Amino acid sequence: MSKYYLTHLQELESEAIYVIREVFAQFDRPAILFSGGKDSIVVTHLARKAFFPAKIPMPLIHIDTGHNFIETMEFRDKLVDELGIQLIVGSVQDAIDKGRAVEERGINASRNELQIVSLLDAIEANKIDAAMGGARRDEEKARAKERFFSHRDEFGQWDPKNQRPELWNIFNGRKRMGEHFRVFPISNWTEMDVWNYILQENLPIPSLYFAHEREAVYRDGTWLPNSEFMVLRDGEKVEKKIMRFRTLGDITITGGIESDADTLEKIVLEVSATRSTERGNRSDDKRSDTSMEDRKKQGYF
Amino acid sequence: MELLRFTTAGSVDDGKSTLIGRLLYDSKSIFEDQIEAVKKSSERKGLQHVDLSLLTDGLRSEREQGITIDVAYRYFATPKRKFIIADTPGHIQYTRNMVTGASTANLALVLVDARHGVIEQTSRHSFIASLLKIPHIIVCINKMDLVDYSEDVYNKVVEQYHTFASKLDIKDIRYIPISALDGDNVVNHSENMPWYKGASLLDTLETLHIGSDENHLDARFPVQTVIRPHADEYHDYRGYAGRVAGGIFRKDDKVTILPSGLTSRIKSIETFDGPIAEAFPPMSVTMTLEDDIDISRGDMIVKNNNQPEVGQDIDVLMCWMSAKPPRQGAKYYLKSTTREVMAIIKEVIYKIDINTMQRLEKDEDIRMNDMARVKMRTTRPLIFDEYRRNRITGSLILIDEATNETVAAGTIHY
Repeated sequence: MSKYYLTHLQELESEAIYVIREVFAQFDRPAILFSGGKDSIVVTHLARKAFFPAKIPMPLIHIDTGHNFIETMEFRDKLVDELGIQLIVGSVQDAIDKGRAVEERGINASRNELQIVSLLDAIEANKIDAAMGGARRDEEKARAKERFFSHRDEFGQWDPKNQRPELWNIFNGRKRMGEHFRVFPISNWTEMDVWNYILQENLPIPSLYFAHEREAVYRDGTWLPNSEFMVLRDGEKVEKKIMRFRTLGDITITGGIESDADTLEKIVLEVSATRSTERGNRSDDKRSDTSMEDRKKQGYF
Repeated sequence: MELLRFTTAGSVDDGKSTLIGRLLYDSKSIFEDQIEAVKKSSERKGLQHVDLSLLTDGLRSEREQGITIDVAYRYFATPKRKFIIADTPGHIQYTRNMVTGASTANLALVLVDARHGVIEQTSRHSFIASLLKIPHIIVCINKMDLVDYSEDVYNKVVEQYHTFASKLDIKDIRYIPISALDGDNVVNHSENMPWYKGASLLDTLETLHIGSDENHLDARFPVQTVIRPHADEYHDYRGYAGRVAGGIFRKDDKVTILPSGLTSRIKSIETFDGPIAEAFPPMSVTMTLEDDIDISRGDMIVKNNNQPEVGQDIDVLMCWMSAKPPRQGAKYYLKSTTREVMAIIKEVIYKIDINTMQRLEKDEDIRMNDMARVKMRTTRPLIFDEYRRNRITGSLILIDEATNETVAAGTIHY
């Protein structure tokens, strides 16, 4: 084999850096959507590589549901401090207080969909014209149809049947005033690629991804973390479990798995042997066959 | 582990989605909860078997209509390779999706129904793969279970395809008899077809040599952006960021900057992980030069002794992708590598009937999904190579100034 060859992780990294640099070059006010989850941590790391030795020339946006894991918030603040860049916070609680969003009621109520309001508000208030996120096409079937450069109209809506064709590595970021783009530099990565990359780069990630002891409630096939927002149903009880999380979202909807994987190496092994999807523990995706598509059309991540 | 990108092409009924479902399923890339969801959906639709196509058809309207509308990207990996599938729909009105999927692929999987042999759709897909210069084609002769796994039938289809393909420009064509529904020759060698001595589909995908598909001869570095850190330690630092589009760059190489023609020497090739001695495609790097010269996005750094074309008149094979036909004499944004200029379509030389591969002379009526050979003139010089030599520096898109839509894709010829 010739020595002029890249491994698949090197090629994916190079592709993502190319996309991130295109975003910087084509837009006036780009930003990185940062959830504190592993995918947005990888995107932020790639942005650091893309502009080295300069700082990342764009802010991070975090949508704060008010239902957070403390560990995620601490991780976020430390990272922002280290990078020396701006953090923009869009608060769901604020949107509710101002009457811009209405809290869901009833069984399985969550603030997941309310994030759309705060996200679009933060994009508009800061005149963001390109918001980069860590969504991947392998995560979910509606996301499999996403472009790298995904156009959003003036209401932040996605029109999946009317997307611009994306050819070679030429990206069309042209838009009208008030419209914006969502850009997904790690579109072509899988969950396995993300973990292997985190291991290869030895990236710090929130402790929630590693096995730890925690109080949790078994509901709908997953271990939901106990928190001040937890309302127990008939027959449910809080138990102590050694567990970890495969994805991180709002504390009320993110289920964990029983696991004793407490190092990156063990996580990579566990993920490679696992037989269920990472979002299988996310109740936001279980509402219907097309719940991701429906939320994305309105402006979700 | 290497990355192989391939595109699938097939018509509605020849089992493309089933084959992809099968590859994902048999390589254990589908998770139990996904299979569970597909089983439930299949039952709800009253189907006897598990409809694996539901794995790939993700949008609400696709599931309702039972068709694939858009390019869907799928991923699977074996211990040997990682694969990215661009799954494109087969109906005629979606030529643009086929072209889109083909643009980044190293390989095309073409499906032929063993009962029907090479039909119009097969030729159309293969022709597009050839126009987009996909270096490898695997022809899967599918539904062998419905022709009693007959070697004769297989040989006839191979013969038929071979005759047709002699008119195409494809380096490497392979044939495999399969049954996507039952999995024969997809991952494991089929016991139903002992006469077939070749490799299974997955085996072929894993071992096919793709290392020489990149252009390592003509050094091309389109500049994406200039990096200027605002820090005292990097006071005079100017780094040219980009992704190598061809050839090999080394420290101390003598380079020319196009279109200005100014020359310099590579001082360093840098990455976050430290300086490197050589950069080759498709690496993203940052270059610094010995001389302080004016370079910006859209310029191209090349070696002195091997330069691309620089000019304003180009001959393009174009696929029109918009519902609205081109406007006579209108200017479009033209993007090629990181460069953006305006361009007009000066003349339609001929259209191509992609079903018969015939040239249609004197037909200038271009509609969505049409392929045509045209002459374009750009407002400022373009820096390019022939597409057959370099798929990055030889490709372009057109954007409508009024709607911002991507209306055409083109490959440059001369």
